[in-house]
Amino acid sequence: MVKIVVDNEEYEVEEGQNLLHACLSHGLELPYFCWHPSLGSIGACRQCAVIAYQDENDERGRLTMACMTPVTDGARISIAAPHASDFRESNIEWLMENHPHDCPVCEEGGECHLQDMTVMTGHTARRYRGSKRTFENQNLGPFINHEMNRCITCYRCVRYYKDYAGGDDLQAFGSRDRMYFGRAEDGVLENEFSGNLVEVCPTGVFTDKPFSANYTRKWDLQSAPSVCPGCAVGCNTFAAERYGMLKRIHNRYHGDVNGYFLCDRGRFGAGFVNIETRIQHVGKRVEEDLFEQQDTDLAVATVAELVIAGSVIGIGSPRASLETNVALQRLVGADRFCNGLSTNDALGMDEILATYRASGKIASLAEVERADAVIVLGEDVLNTAPRIALALRQTVRNQEFDLAQDAAIPQWQDAGVRGHAQGRSNPLYMASVLPTRIDDIANGCLNDTPDAIADNGFAIAALLSGTAADDSSDISQFARDAAAALAGAQKPLVISGTGTGNIRVLEAASAIAEALEKYANQSSIALVAAEANSFGSGLLGGGLDMERALTQVAEGTVQTLIVAENDLFRRASRQLVDQALDKVPNLVVLDSLETPTVEQANIVFPAATFAESTGTFVNFETRAQRFFTTFAPPHEIAPSWRWLSHIAQVVGDREMAWEEVDDVLIAAAGLPGLELVGELVTKGQDRLDRMAKVPRATPRYSGRTAMNAGVNIHEPKTQIDVETPLSYSMEGQGLGKSNDALPFSWSPGWNSNQSIFKFQQEVGGSLKGGDGSVRLIDAGNREAYRVRKISVPHASPEYGKFHLLPLYSIFGSDELSLHSPPIAERAESQYILLNPADADMHGFGADAGVACDEMGASFAVRVDPHMQRGFAGVVMGLARRCGELPQNAVQLEADPDYRPPPDPAANIIAKG
Amino acid sequence: MADLMTQPLLGRIDLAGGLVDLATYEANGGYQAARQAILRSSPEAVQEIVKDANLRGRGGAGFPTGVKWGFVPKEPTPGHIYLVCNADEMEPGTFKDRYLMEYDPHSLIEGMLIGAFAIGADRAYVFMRGEYHEAFTQLDRAINDAKAKGYLGEKVFGSDFGVELSIHRSGGRYICGEETALLNALEGKRAQPRMKPPFPPASGAWGRPTIVNNVETFCNVPGILSNGVDWYRDLGIGDDAGTKIYGVSGRVKKPGLWELPIGTPIREIIEQHAGGMQDGYQLRGILPGGASTEFLIPEEHMDLPMDYASIQAAGSRMGTGTMILMDDSICPVAISINLQHFFAQESCGFCTPCREGLPWIENMLIDIEQGRGQAEDLDVLDRNSAFIGAPGNTFCLHATGAMEPMLSALKYFRDDFVAHIEQGRCPHRAGGGES
Repeated sequence: MVKIVVDNEEYEVEEGQNLLHACLSHGLELPYFCWHPSLGSIGACRQCAVIAYQDENDERGRLTMACMTPVTDGARISIAAPHASDFRESNIEWLMENHPHDCPVCEEGGECHLQDMTVMTGHTARRYRGSKRTFENQNLGPFINHEMNRCITCYRCVRYYKDYAGGDDLQAFGSRDRMYFGRAEDGVLENEFSGNLVEVCPTGVFTDKPFSANYTRKWDLQSAPSVCPGCAVGCNTFAAERYGMLKRIHNRYHGDVNGYFLCDRGRFGAGFVNIETRIQHVGKRVEEDLFEQQDTDLAVATVAELVIAGSVIGIGSPRASLETNVALQRLVGADRFCNGLSTNDALGMDEILATYRASGKIASLAEVERADAVIVLGEDVLNTAPRIALALRQTVRNQEFDLAQDAAIPQWQDAGVRGHAQGRSNPLYMASVLPTRIDDIANGCLNDTPDAIADNGFAIAALLSGTAADDSSDISQFARDAAAALAGAQKPLVISGTGTGNIRVLEAASAIAEALEKYANQSSIALVAAEANSFGSGLLGGGLDMERALTQVAEGTVQTLIVAENDLFRRASRQLVDQALDKVPNLVVLDSLETPTVEQANIVFPAATFAESTGTFVNFETRAQRFFTTFAPPHEIAPSWRWLSHIAQVVGDREMAWEEVDDVLIAAAGLPGLELVGELVTKGQDRLDRMAKVPRATPRYSGRTAMNAGVNIHEPKTQIDVETPLSYSMEGQGLGKSNDALPFSWSPGWNSNQSIFKFQQEVGGSLKGGDGSVRLIDAGNREAYRVRKISVPHASPEYGKFHLLPLYSIFGSDELSLHSPPIAERAESQYILLNPADADMHGFGADAGVACDEMGASFAVRVDPHMQRGFAGVVMGLARRCGELPQNAVQLEADPDYRPPPDPAANIIAKG
Repeated sequence: MADLMTQPLLGRIDLAGGLVDLATYEANGGYQAARQAILRSSPEAVQEIVKDANLRGRGGAGFPTGVKWGFVPKEPTPGHIYLVCNADEMEPGTFKDRYLMEYDPHSLIEGMLIGAFAIGADRAYVFMRGEYHEAFTQLDRAINDAKAKGYLGEKVFGSDFGVELSIHRSGGRYICGEETALLNALEGKRAQPRMKPPFPPASGAWGRPTIVNNVETFCNVPGILSNGVDWYRDLGIGDDAGTKIYGVSGRVKKPGLWELPIGTPIREIIEQHAGGMQDGYQLRGILPGGASTEFLIPEEHMDLPMDYASIQAAGSRMGTGTMILMDDSICPVAISINLQHFFAQESCGFCTPCREGLPWIENMLIDIEQGRGQAEDLDVLDRNSAFIGAPGNTFCLHATGAMEPMLSALKYFRDDFVAHIEQGRCPHRAGGGES
C-alpha cells in the first residue's frame, strides 16, 4: 500500500493501480465512461481528467487522465482544481454535441451514466450550433434495442463484446465523429452474453428490449436481491417489478460469483413469471384437461386427509427452493421422499458431493478466473452453466497479465496487455461430445463419446499420478498434453458435470482431482449440474430415488403422489411416468407453470416463482444463497413451502406451523449436511421491530399513492413485510449495510448500475456488507476420495441402434426460461443429431424425420461429423413429454410423415 | 552541379537526370555502405555511428535515430524483430518522401538494410501511402532488383544476416502516419494509436520489438556510413547535422523541393530557392513544416534557421520541413476552415476531444467565415482550442497538431477573426458570402 494525496486529503491505495480505480475505491466522485473495472483502461473518453502535481511546491500541475496513470507513492492530484473540472465540463459538452435530447423518452433515462456524469460536471447549456449526426439502427434480435444516435463512442460495447465475451458479430465501424457500433448487417447478436451490453453501455444505445416493451421508469421499479433460477451457477441478480409484473433482471454484483456480468438466459429468461398461462388458483380436475377453481381451505383439507390416510410419496425438485424441498420431505417423511433428481442425475450428484467432500477445494467463479490451466471434461458449460464459460475466457488471459508484467505494462492497460501477448494464453483443454462455442480459446479439443472422454480423463489422472507408462500407445495426445499442462500449473482446475449423463465422466474428473493433490499447487475443482438448486436437492437427499419412487407408484401401492415444482417427464422414462401417473389415484402438484405433469394432476396448487417468494438455492460450489420476494404474488399464488406447511398444520404437525420462511430455513439447518444454512436467517421481524427495514424502492420512487388510481381511487394500505429485511416502500435505511439487503444499486448522483462501487470495499472487491452466502462444503472437514469402482463403459450399439446422448442449449434446455418469450424466440425446435455416415446409411434425410418409439417423439434430422457413429444427440428440454433419454441403445426409424413442430416461439408468444 | 558530398539525398537524382536504377545507384557507390557494415562491422558499431552523427528523425518529431535504435532490447526473447519505414506521407504540403521513393528507391532500401542490421531485424516493412502508385511501382521494382542480387532476403551479401523487405500499401488515413496507429494498421487492426508504454522498441508490431523511421531518415544513413560522422555533422549549419529536404508551396515563383544544409534560414529558402513571392502578393504567414505546425509570421521569423531548436524556440515546429505559405489574398479564417476540415475528417474517432471537438471548431469557423459568428464565439474557440490542443489532453498528438495552426492563427491573425464577427461577413471578399 502507498499513500496518495487527493485534494489535500491523504489516502492509502494499492501501488500499481490506476488513479481512477484508486479514487473510486475510496468513494471519490470522478466521472468516467470508457473505463470499466472488468475491462480495464483505454483512455478513450478523456472524462476522468485530474491535475497531477510533481510535488507540494508545484501549484500548476499537469492535466492527466486518471485511468491511464499508475499510482505512485506520494502522488499528489486534484479532482476539484478548476482547470480539471473545466476540462471535464468541456468534455461532456463535446460528448453532448451529437447526443439527442430525448432523455424523457429514452429507456436509459433516470438510470443513465451519461446523464449522471453530465449533471456531475455541471454542463447545462448547449453552445454547439451545428446539427446532430444521425444513424440508422439495427434489429439485433429479441434481446437488445439499438439506438445509435445516442452513442458517445466510449468503445465499451465492442471491448466487452469482442474482447471480454469473445463475440465476433459486433464491430466498430467508420471513423471520426461517425463511429458506428453494430453488426455488419441486421441480425441477432449471437454471443450468449450479449445482454450485458445493456449495463456496459453508459447510455441508451443498447437497451433491454423485453423491458422496453413493458417499460417502467427506472425509478418506479420495486426491486429485491435475487438469485438467477436459470442454472447451478447462482448468479446474483436484481429483480425489479411494477404493477405486479416482473419487469427486468439486472446484474447484482458478487465478487466471488458473477462479478459484473450475467448470461442471456439469466437476464432474459425470467419472463415466465409474467405469462398468462401461470397457474393462479387452486384447481381440481373435473375431467380431462378441465380444472375447476377450488376453495383453498377445502383443497388443503383434502390433501391433509390424503396424507393422514397414508401411502403417500413426495417428489421435490431441483428447480424449487431448498425450503420447499425441506417442507415436502418433512410432510411425507424422509423415507417417502424423492429429491426430484432423475436417478441418473442423483447418481452423478452423489459422485460430485463425494468428490467435493474429499477435495474441499471447490472453485468459485472468481477462482475459475484465477486458474492457470484447465481441463473441461465432457461438460458443455456454455450451455449448461453459461457464466462459467465467460469466466474461462478470462482464465486463459492470465498469461497475458504475466507477460505484461514482465514488459512493465500495467495489468489495467488493456490494449497494451492484449497487444503484447499476441494471443498467447493459458492452457485450456476441452473434451466434449461436440465442438463448443468456446473451443476458440482452447489449446486442445477432443470430440468423442462420453465413455471415450471418461477414458481420456482416467488417462490424464494416471499420467499425473505416475501410474501410466508414458509411452503407452493407449493414451491420446490430448490426454498427454492436458496432463502436462495440469502438472506444470500452479493453479490447475478441473471442470466437469452431470451434463453427459455418464457417471464415468464424473469419476474421471474426481480421479484427476485426486491425482492433482500430489502436486505442490493450488488445484481446484468445479462440477456442475443443470438446475438452480440441483445441489440443494443433492445435499438434502431422500429415501427414494426417482425410479424407485415411480416404480412404487406404478405398482399401485401408492395412494397419493405429491409433486412440488417438478415435471416428471423430464426425470424418468416416458413409459414409467405414464404408468405411474395412470395408476396413482391422487396426484397433487404444486407448480407455477402448466407442465405435462400438471396436466394430469388431480389437485393443483399455484406456486410462487423466485420473484414472488423468498428462498434458498444452493449453487454448484454448494454456496447457499437467498433470493428475496420482489413482489407479493397475486391471486392465490403462494410459495410451495407455505402450501405444504398449511397442509401439515391440518394434518397436525405443529412443528411445521411455519409462519415465515426463516422458520423453514431453521428447520433445514437441523438436517445433516445443511447445518450452515442457518447462517442465512435474516430475522426480518427483528428488523421490522427495530425500524431497520431496507427499502425496495429508490428514494426517487414516484406515484406510490396514485399508481393504481386508475383502477381504485382508494390509496392501498402499505404491505408489511415480516419475512425479509426489506420493506415495500422507499422509506427505510441500511441500503448496502449487508449484501442480502441490497435490493438495488443507487447512490446520490449515481443513478445507474455504475453506483455499485459505492457498495464495494474497493473497486472489484467484496461488497461492504459481506456477500450474504454460505458454502455448505468447505475444506475444513475433508473426507477420503472414494475407492472408484470404475463403471463399465457402454457397449457399442448393435446395427441400426443408437445410444442417445444429451446435448444442451442455453436457450431451451432450461425448463422455466423456455417459457420466457425472448428466450423462446431464440430456442430451436427439436432435432436429432447424427453422424452423416449413419444418416446416409439408414436413409435419414433432412427432409424427413426420424422417430424414436421409446421417447414417443419424432425429430428433424441434423448431421455433424463430430457425432460418433452409432450415437445420436438430442437437445434436452426442447421436446415435451419425452421422458429422460433412454439409457439403452434405441431403434430409430425414418418417419416420412414427420412435420416440423410449430415454432415453439410462435406458440409461446401467442399464449403469453 | 549536383554533388553527393553536399547533397547526399537528392544529388544522385540530379546526376542521373531522373530515376536512379540499381546500376546507376551502384555506379555512384550505392550499397557499399551496407556491404561494409554487414560484412565488416557490428550492429553496435553502426548504432554508435548513427548516434554520433546526430541524425534526427525527419518525419517531424526529430528524435535522435541512433538513440531510438538503441532501445531495442539487447537480448530479446525469441521471435521476429521488425523494422518499419513510415512512408505514409500524408502531411498536407509535404511531398519529399514521395520524391525520394519515386526517383531514388535504392537509397531507402540501403538505409533500411543498414537499419535492420543495426537492430537485428529480420522483417522490414515499408508502410506506404495508398495513393503513391508511382512510388510503389519504383520501390517494388527496386526491391525485386535488390533481391535478385542477394541484397535482400537470406544471407545478404553472403553474410549470415538476412531480412525480408515488403511494401504495405495503406488503406489511407492520415492517422496511419502516427507510429502506433501505423503498427495497428499494419497488423490489420483499426488504425487507432496505442498507449505508450509499451513503446514500440519494446513491444511494437505483433507485440515484438519494432523500430519505425521516416523515409528521409533512412535515406540519410548510407551517406553517414560511407562518409563518416564528421562529414555529416559538418553538413549542418547550426547544431543539427546533415542536410534536409526543404519544400515550399504557396504563391511563390518557384515552388519545389531542395536539399540544403539543415539550419538554412527561412528567408534564404523562400527568397533564394523558391524565388520569392509572386508579384502582387505579400507573405502573411508561414506553416513551416506542414499543416500541423504553428504559423510563423514574416515580421518576426524570416531569419530563423530551419532547424529543430530554432523553430521550436519561436513557438512552432520544423515538422517535415516543407512550408506552406499564406499570402495576403488568403483569409486566415478560410485557411483555418480548410485545415480544420482536414483534421476533423482524419480524426480516427478514438478519443472525445479530437473526435467531437475538431468538428465543432470547423463548424464555428464556417459560421464566422460566413458571417454568422457571434460575440462569444472567440471565447469558445479559445477555450476549445486550448483544451483540445494541450498535449496529453487527447490520446495522441493528432488534435494537438490540428490546434497548432489554430491557436497560432488566433494569436497572429486575431484581428481578422474579430473583423469577421463584427462585420458579419468575410472582409477578404468583396461582398462576404461563401468562402
